[in-house]
Formats: sequence, C-alpha cells, structure tokens
Amino acid sequence: MGQTTLNIHPGGGSGGPTPPSHQDLYAKREQIYPKLAHGKFRLVKWVVMAATLGVYYLLPWIRWERGEGIPDQAVLADFESEKFYFFFVEIWPQDIHFLAGLLILAALALFLVTSLLGRVWCGYTCPQTVWTDLYIWVERAFEGDRAARMRLDKGKWTFNKAWRKLGKHTVWLIIAFWTGGAFILYWHDAPTVARGWFTGEAPLSAYWFAGLLTLTTYFLAGWMREQVCTYMCPWPRIQAALTDEYALNVTYRYDRGEPRGPKRKSESWDERGDCIDCDQCVQVCPVGIDIRNGPQLECIHCALCIDACDQMMTKIGRPTGLIAYDTDVAVAARAAHQTPPKYRILRTRTVLYSVLIAAIGGLIIWGLATKATIEANVLKDRSPPFVQLSDGDIQNGYTLKLVNKLAEPRQMEISITGIEGLSFNVIGFEHEGSEPLIVPVEPYGVDRYRVLVSAPEGAPQRQITLSVRDTVSEETDTNRASFRGPNR
Amino acid sequence: MANEIKDIDDHSGIETTGHSWDGIKELNNPLPRWWLYIWYGTIVWAVVYMVLMPAIPALPGMGTNTTGLRNHSDRDLVAVAVADLKEARVAQSETLLEASLEEIETDRGLQQFALAMGESLFGDNCATCHGAGGRGAAGYPILADDVWLWDGTLDGIEYTLRHGIRHDDDLDTRFSLMPSFGRDNLLSTDQIDDLTDYVLLVSGQEHDPVAAGRVAELYQQQCASCHAVDGTGDRNQGAPNLTDQEWLFGGSRDDIYNTIYNARNSHMPAWQDRLDDASIKALAVYVHTLGGGE
Repeated sequence: MGQTTLNIHPGGGSGGPTPPSHQDLYAKREQIYPKLAHGKFRLVKWVVMAATLGVYYLLPWIRWERGEGIPDQAVLADFESEKFYFFFVEIWPQDIHFLAGLLILAALALFLVTSLLGRVWCGYTCPQTVWTDLYIWVERAFEGDRAARMRLDKGKWTFNKAWRKLGKHTVWLIIAFWTGGAFILYWHDAPTVARGWFTGEAPLSAYWFAGLLTLTTYFLAGWMREQVCTYMCPWPRIQAALTDEYALNVTYRYDRGEPRGPKRKSESWDERGDCIDCDQCVQVCPVGIDIRNGPQLECIHCALCIDACDQMMTKIGRPTGLIAYDTDVAVAARAAHQTPPKYRILRTRTVLYSVLIAAIGGLIIWGLATKATIEANVLKDRSPPFVQLSDGDIQNGYTLKLVNKLAEPRQMEISITGIEGLSFNVIGFEHEGSEPLIVPVEPYGVDRYRVLVSAPEGAPQRQITLSVRDTVSEETDTNRASFRGPNR
Repeated sequence: MANEIKDIDDHSGIETTGHSWDGIKELNNPLPRWWLYIWYGTIVWAVVYMVLMPAIPALPGMGTNTTGLRNHSDRDLVAVAVADLKEARVAQSETLLEASLEEIETDRGLQQFALAMGESLFGDNCATCHGAGGRGAAGYPILADDVWLWDGTLDGIEYTLRHGIRHDDDLDTRFSLMPSFGRDNLLSTDQIDDLTDYVLLVSGQEHDPVAAGRVAELYQQQCASCHAVDGTGDRNQGAPNLTDQEWLFGGSRDDIYNTIYNARNSHMPAWQDRLDDASIKALAVYVHTLGGGE
C-alpha cells in the first residue's frame, strides 16, 4: 500500500505513546461527529465566535459622517470611485502602500501570535473554524449530540430523519446566504445594496458574489470542514515553520498519562498513568484525531480536548491538565524527568516580531497623520518623446494629475523649473513663459491637465521639477519628470 | 479485456498496470476522487455547453457554425455594446455639437470628454499614419509640433479632418499640386541639381553657393508662387516652409532632389463621411492639444 506517516512524535522514543497507525493515502473520508465539550476553552470559543461573527455581520452598517457627497459608511471598499474607507482613514489609489503596510502588519501579527501560542489563529479565529463551529452548533440543535447524530446517520430514512436533515440544511443555507450577503455590503453602500438586492437593482457583481459566498460557506463549513484545513489550506504548513519548541501547543502529557488504560475504582493509581482511555478527547475533536499521538498536522489547536479531559480528570479526582497548552521543551524535559522550564514570552523571535510590528505600525500611523491632501503626478508623453518647434525649441508633453483629497474646490499654483529658459503652457489656459500658473482643482477628485514644456535646444538639463501649491493652505507637492530632446 | 488475470504487487498489495520496464512495474493506483468528480463534471458541462452555445464549426454543407439554443454571437454582442455606448454618449455628444471648438477646449468638462473621445478615435483612425500621439513619420506630418502645412487653428484642423487633403471624392478637399519637374521634363537635371543647392541654402544647410546662385532667378519663376519669395511657404496652398528644419520627406540633398524631380503630393482621406460630427470635433480638439495648436 502507498503509505505515509503524517505524525511527528515529539519525544521520539521510549516512554511515549505508541506510534500512530499508518494512514491510507486514498482513504475515503470518515465522517466526524464532534461531541459538545464543556469548559473554559469552549466558552472562549463561543465568545470569539460571537465577537467575530458580530463584527463581520454588523460592521458595514456602522455610519461615519465624512462630508457632503462622500460615502458615510464606516468600512467600505468603494471600487467605483477607487477609494477605501476605514472609519477616519481614507485610502486613495495613491495611498495604496498603506494597504501593503497593513498586510505586512497582519502577517507579522500572525508570526508573533504563532510563535507565542502556536496555531491559535486556526483554533479560534479562522473563518473556516468559526463557521464550521457555527454549523456544528446548528447540526447539534437539529440532530442531537455525537451519539444521536451517528445513530441518525446509520438509521433508515424516516420522517424524523428527513425533517431533521431538511431543517439543518435549510438553516445552513440561510446562514450561508447571510454570510455571502454580508460580504457584498463591504463593497457598496450597505442599506442601498441590501434593498437593491431584493428589488433587482443591485449590480450583477453583488448577486454573483453573494451567490458564490453562499455556496462556499455552505460547502466549506457544512460539507468540507476539516478537509479544508488538512488538504486545502497552506497556512498549517506555514505555521508549522513559524512555531518552535517554545510556543504553546495543545499537548498530551504522555509522561503523566502513560501507561494508559481503563481503570476500576478499586485499582490503585500506582504504576500507571492518569489516562484512563475514556476517549473523550477523541470524541470532541472537530478534526477527528487522537491528541495523544502527539502534535499532528490536522490538529487546529482548538483546545476542546483540554476541556473534555479536564472534565474527566475532575470527575475521577485527578489533577487537570493531562492535556494542556504546553511547550515542546517542557514535554521533553518531563520525559527526561527534569523540571520543565518556565514558559518564556521574551524570546529573540517574539522580541523581533514585536519590534517590527511597532516600527511598521508606527510608520503607518505617522504616514496617516501626515498624509497630504494634495498630490501632483506627472506622466510624460511616451509618443512622441519630444518635438522640435519651428523656432528650434524642444517641446515635451506631459499629463499632470492633480489630486484634491478635500471636499472643497481648490486653486493650485503650478510652477515648473529645472531648465534654463523653459516655458510652459497648460491646454485651456493662456500662458507663456515660466511664471507660475493658477488652475482650479475640483473637490474630492483627480483633475487632469495637459502641460506642454518647451526649452531652447541644447539646454544641458534633462529634468524638470513641477511643484503645485495650494494658494490658500500653502500645502505643496513636488514631482520630477524627465525632459527629452534630440541626441540624449 | 480478454485477459482478466490481475497482477498484484507483492509489497503494497495494489494491482499493477501490467506494464513492466526492466522489471519495474507501475502501480495502478486510483485517481483522487475529487479529481475524478470534477472531471465527470466537466464532461457533463461540455455536453450542456455544446447544446447551449456555438460549438461545432461550419462543416461542408452546413453554411455556418452551430449557434446553440442560446443563439449566442459575440459579434452581435459587440454591436449591441457599441450601440449602447453611442446611446450613453448622446447627451455629451450633443453638447459637443452645440459648443464651438474654442468652448470645448476651454471648458474643463467638455475638454476632458473631447480629449478622451479624441484619443481613442485618433488611435483607431489616425495613428496608423500619424503615429501614436501624432509623432508623425516620413511622409506623414508630425501633429505634435507647431509646424502646419495647411492650418493649425481649431477650425482649420476641423476643415482638414472633414475634407481631407487631395481627396478625390470631396470637392472641398484641400488641394494643390507640385509639378514633377524632372519626370515631366519641365526642368533639366542640372537645373534640379542647382535648385537642390538653393533649397539647402534657404534652409541654412551646407550647399554650393555658386550652384545656388545660378538658379536664384529660376526659383523665383518656378517655385516662389507657392513656396514664397523667401522660401517660407504658403499655407493657403499647403506649400511647406523651406526655411525651417522640418522636412516631411527628408531634408538631405538626395531627398530634396528627389522631391523636386518627382514631386510629392500625399493624400489624407476626408473623414466627414466616415465619422459623425461630434467625433470630428473631438478629434479636432485632440489634435489641437497635441502640442502645436494655434
């Protein structure tokens, strides 16, 4: 058989659990019936679910007054006018580097969290985890907990089975629809597009994306579930490279648990481990693994097995924490009968990530605070690169884009310098020579002007400097552009 | 297959394909199920697509390709899209028609619309000869400089666009004809040689002063009526200025000789029958703003 071992064993030898059985590469998926866990981590997961879903569904409805004619939606990616709004932040196409900065920041934040807490993103906040959790909750409401669901699936098709299945899929589809529907609210004015969606006035893309995300939500959270994490998602692989032996992972303490086995009340705890093989950790697992086999690729570190085990340990009167958040170094130390080292937050990589996050975050904040409200961009004509005028002068053509990020019309003074004896003209205006020229710029938009610059043939300089200045606020922006002529 | 005996690999217990290369056999592993299902899906989709959409090309005796139940045609869609665009532009096109060319160029809104429209029209219709941005080519005037053969004003450019230059089917076309002095034996080759030196002289290039002096009289007789006494040309006749450094057909001795011997009377089509009035106005404004509008 084509076989592989997907499991890594931390202790790597004697004293540890028996190595896991080999998995068949072509095995058919086995349906997983996660049992409801009770405990602090389950509670945390409920809270995180409520918070993340709440943010996702409600955020687009928050209003944020910006001024006449500007969208009042707090969070909006407005592709039509090429702007991105986030509360007091406004990203224009010219500010797109802020978005890049945000992505870098998000990546670094994930690095930091992973090096501290392992795959905590996977276990608590990943949309796949959150929606799957929600779907399992619905499933449980209709079909009962693990044992009942298994019975139902094995049983014949009865009216009871049919209405429960129908109910479950109906609610799943409704949730999926709201998920896809909420997504489009981020790209258009939420009340308008929500109303328009039902009256047939929304743009085609709104229907397309609402439909697409309805289907992906339904299939990924209802049908695919853990297969998304195990087979489709690259992030577990990346995270495996980011985490290290000092990060907290959901870990079975085999030094304490082994040798495991069922135990009668009358038997002594001597010469045996705390694990009574009750299988609770396996039954609650949403990805269908046995945490006692050590760290595994499939494990999303949702910590539900900790809850299940703690509950059981309390019941039988043993200390909790047989399965717990622990580091690989601690596990190795215990296996060697040494005192496990204390968990260290301050490590080279966590400090490095934190410093980088602070630096980039600081840069972004500084950039946003000092963001200009005017901007000049000069695009040189590519064809023709230059022409010679009848008086022998060399002329270059440029397109000048003047950006006005304020909601009021402004007057901007254009001056062009850099070449001795240059003269410029803006199409639509009477202008000659190199004196500054004042042009109007429309509110909250980009105005294009065609600028012709001429200079005597043989002038040695090859670059012009174009500056614009707001005649009222004195705000300026300066841009350079090349000036071409024959033989250079 | 007739031979139903399965060859099972000893090590893995999986059936092999039965092919053996130097004793190495290939396992007949199953395809991944997700892959298989998607493949089946694409087969079903292909059948649906062939029924609904054009799929089979015109075979002998068929006349045309299959059109499918949806009667889909990209050509028709383009026609509809073009018609839609025209309709969407009706309002702005009408303002273009009502406004004078000067108004279009100075009014910010009209200017932006006209330039955008003009740029795409220029790319479609004019750039083949005049080059992108009116950069010109040998025989095709540069439109981005301030040297104009006929007229560089807005109205003049519009007139040229409408009626063309030496366009046979337009009575109002801009027209003039330079004689082929050499080919039609109007002048001797020696005279043309000397005239070439004369043209080099007035354009400030290296020349033979003696040769140029020999034909000073001849120039006044034969050439000055169009190119002016001082060689500065005449825009009413589309006669180029010989004293500047701009040459439509080249300014070297050979080029100039060639031009006098054979004459060059190039053509531009009249566009008024091909483009609507709004388009011509937009093009006129666009060309006027390229760099040398008067």
